[in-house]
Amino acid sequence: MMIIDWISDICLLLGGILTLTGAVGLLRLPDFFTRLHAASVTETLAAMLLIIGIILDTGFTLDSAKLMLLILIMIIANPTITHALCRAAANGGNTPEMETGNPLQSSSQTVSQSSQDKQVQTETEISGKEPK
Amino acid sequence: MIENLQLLIDVSLLAFLVLIVFASIKMTDLFVVTMLFGIFSFVSALLFLDLDAVDVAFTEAAVGAGFTTVLMLSALRLTQPYENVKHRHSVLALFIVILTGAALFYGIADFPDMGDPNAPVHQHVAPEYIQLTQQKIDIPNVVTAVLASFRGYDTFGETVVIFSAGVAVLLLLGMGQVKCKQEPEENLVLWVVVKPMIALILIFGLYVQFHGDFGAGGGFQAGVIFASGFILYSLVFGEMYARRVVPAAILPRLAALGVLIYGVTGLMSLLSNKPFLDYNALSSDPVSGQHLGILLVEAGVGLAVFSTILLIYYSFSGREVKHHA
Repeated sequence: MMIIDWISDICLLLGGILTLTGAVGLLRLPDFFTRLHAASVTETLAAMLLIIGIILDTGFTLDSAKLMLLILIMIIANPTITHALCRAAANGGNTPEMETGNPLQSSSQTVSQSSQDKQVQTETEISGKEPK
Repeated sequence: MIENLQLLIDVSLLAFLVLIVFASIKMTDLFVVTMLFGIFSFVSALLFLDLDAVDVAFTEAAVGAGFTTVLMLSALRLTQPYENVKHRHSVLALFIVILTGAALFYGIADFPDMGDPNAPVHQHVAPEYIQLTQQKIDIPNVVTAVLASFRGYDTFGETVVIFSAGVAVLLLLGMGQVKCKQEPEENLVLWVVVKPMIALILIFGLYVQFHGDFGAGGGFQAGVIFASGFILYSLVFGEMYARRVVPAAILPRLAALGVLIYGVTGLMSLLSNKPFLDYNALSSDPVSGQHLGILLVEAGVGLAVFSTILLIYYSFSGREVKHHA
């Protein structure tokens, strides 16, 4: 019994840590695809660990059976959502940053550059469509 | 400790709601604002769940986060994705907003505390309903008992309101047509995953429909979930095929049929010299009469909500894109 409690605690802790890293990655990583990668860690592994922790904590009841079903749905649905998002972004003209050399420095520069470009593009788009 | 933790969760969820509202006012990208509205609905569903209002949370998640987002996106398709930014600072508007806010805050002072057992809402009819649900209707979910039996008139009104909303959208926008018969983009992963998912969604819809007496759920939620299965099909495989599965012309009739089932259930009890919507008349045993009545009424609600939701979706997605020069 004690061991199960320990495993449950470890699962919950790991899930919490992974959720946190996912959130940090979502904020800090440079472009859409890497951010999607961070989010997908949260919504697959972290969520699964959290639910497994809860299942071990509650024991074998009807609720834990429902939670297992939830894990099954999450394993199938969440990677598919990530895939669909990724594909939609690629089809919409968002290409991943591919840089050689020092990855951190160059990518941060290109990102600031590209975000500036996007800003300018957005402004021209708005001013272009405004009837003046 | 536990109470403090719950208070902490409540406060942080409410703070999230306020933040999302400010963010969606500030954002000019309408796509982002639509997503923020979805997040807003999910957060308020969590808040309802924390207040033990599972049925309401269910509805909020299904309608607010699911269906409304799809509607907004299909409306966004017709317009430009960015807000026309015009910075106007009207002193009068600010004054009115501050005045209204102050009046609302003044009103809050008279509210009873959250969860106060002496609050008027817990004194009036609620204890009676909770007691009588056990005796007369004998189902575990008091919400369903109140919704379908004690307050059957109100729910009938709500069903008619949903039906007339569908009729209004139909009159304003028409049913729309799929002009371009283009196939959707081939995406094998999505197709393979979505097909069993749709089956799961439909089964879950039926579960929510017929399990509403025993757990959270009922006709309203089930109708939305059932319709969302078809909407998912339409989004992934193309609207042309969805309209082949459920023809648009049949939907107004189905919605009317749902309202009709509800009304006829009421009339049945009227025929045996009982008040309108008194389900005791439906069977020799009052309790099983109540069960039958709730089942029929929920079926009517589910059918009406399902067809109205799908009807509104068809009307929105069938509109033509007019490209502005």
